[in-house]
Amino acid sequence: MIDRAKVMSLLVGFLVLAVIPPITSELGEEFYMGLAARMMIFAIAAVSLDLLLGYGGMISFGHAAYLGTGSYAVAILSFYEITNGFLQFFVAIGASALIALIIGFICLRTKGIYFIMITLALTQMLYFLGISLEEYGGDDGINTDRSEFYGLLDLSDDTNLYYFILFFLVLCVWLSWRMINSRFGMVVRGSQSNDDRMQAIGFPTFRYKLAAFVIAGVICGVAGFLLANLTEFVTPEYMHWFRSGEIMIMVLVGGMGTLFGPVFGAIAYLLFEEVISTITEHWMIIFGPILVILVLFARQGVWSMLPGRERGDD
Amino acid sequence: MTDPILKEPILKVRGLNKHFGGVVATENLDFEVEQGEIHAVIGPNGAGKTTFVAEISGMIKPDSGSIVFDGDEIGGLSAHARSQRGLARSFQITSIFKNFTVIENVAMSIQAHDGHSFRFWRRANADPTLIDPAQEILDRVGLGARAETMASNLAHGEQRQLEIAMALATGPKLLLLDEPTAGMGPEDSQNMVTFLKDIKGEYSMLLIEHDMDTVFALADRITVLVYGRAIATGTPSEIRGNDEVRAAYLGEEA
Repeated sequence: MIDRAKVMSLLVGFLVLAVIPPITSELGEEFYMGLAARMMIFAIAAVSLDLLLGYGGMISFGHAAYLGTGSYAVAILSFYEITNGFLQFFVAIGASALIALIIGFICLRTKGIYFIMITLALTQMLYFLGISLEEYGGDDGINTDRSEFYGLLDLSDDTNLYYFILFFLVLCVWLSWRMINSRFGMVVRGSQSNDDRMQAIGFPTFRYKLAAFVIAGVICGVAGFLLANLTEFVTPEYMHWFRSGEIMIMVLVGGMGTLFGPVFGAIAYLLFEEVISTITEHWMIIFGPILVILVLFARQGVWSMLPGRERGDD
Repeated sequence: MTDPILKEPILKVRGLNKHFGGVVATENLDFEVEQGEIHAVIGPNGAGKTTFVAEISGMIKPDSGSIVFDGDEIGGLSAHARSQRGLARSFQITSIFKNFTVIENVAMSIQAHDGHSFRFWRRANADPTLIDPAQEILDRVGLGARAETMASNLAHGEQRQLEIAMALATGPKLLLLDEPTAGMGPEDSQNMVTFLKDIKGEYSMLLIEHDMDTVFALADRITVLVYGRAIATGTPSEIRGNDEVRAAYLGEEA
């Protein structure tokens, strides 16, 4: 299903990510370690969105909702001086699951453009909710402390946090890979391919799609949890529709429906933003046409440009 | 067909009605499929044949009427629930999973009837409890050698065979076949008829068909549908001799 050259690209990619901390600290360029950490967090978000876009046929334009939910779980608990990382983590997951369940339950009754617009609208509601919460900083955002894991792991050390994030990236990619090839994954992919047929052969597809929607939300909630720890600052901007669009672009750039591609998509997008925005703040003017070309000529994005063949080429 | 039938019919439809706005799709339709028989439904374009299949399979909700399948009223059930009870359908317009391999298409049907699918870990396409029975069915319909081909790369006739294989793989008590030979050339068509003859008796079938040769070759009974209404039901020879049918339908073809 996936060939060796692609697996090698992936392993090389993870290996490079793994050696970034010693290299950047050797060079005294810790800033780049922070950038790489940020890339990995968005890679997690992008992989989780690809589960919906590329495997479930669910065009969610509101994936930032869970990024925000996960990060606010950290910030709000931290605001009340609850810095227990385990608790924060489970609240982040639980809250993301609940919100995904509600949004999914509503949106999955619609199709096509309606699905896109409702996910967008509901996520904007969360964004405005964030703005209206004056107690937690409103639109100024709120500072937060890093999660504490009491002797098990000291996240106040940037390198530890970096490997903590890398661990979650690998875990998320691996679990997602198992999932899309499992029976559950077959049902979700089958209903993307032909939902009427799935029902005709006996699958109650709604519940499986809803479960996939919640799983994707939870994974992105974990990305939010990590993001709050990295930036030590949470703002409603994390839930803005523009952020949802960015995650979607990362999936498109990386290759929709390739699962691993979005990891490269997130890296490419943030790298591009970093490099070009030093030249001009209107970097989107340059990025826009590149995106169009990529979508037109490389349907599976960066992933298809890596060595190796795609499934179904033969 | 003169033998007294002791068993209850597998499918019993009574007083089925469906209107789309002012258009009558099904009008006060009574219909039965006996255990083990092939009951064909014929009729000119727009007679409501495909609507009828959709109503029985649960994809369209009729306005009124009762559908009793295997002794139970199923009119209120969803399509997937009906499939779980043993009602399988094939589609007039080929409806397969194009970006999956042939065997994965069939394994999907097997999986649908092998408990819930909230199983997240083991690879589905390496699971012998799905793959082995899927391969058996593919061998049976004559697609055994094409198992690893992408479904989208199959020839039209092969896609129609796959369509039937997916329905068979659900382990049905009744097959609803919506124009199984649609768009097929004469040779493929003949193969399909031979295959359906071969499995006749194993499954009860409701056969929607446009092609008269196919109908008369396969059916035990035929119902003629015109504007949603059954104008005649009988054996092939009775239907052939029915004046009203000739006027409404056969006349234009023969």
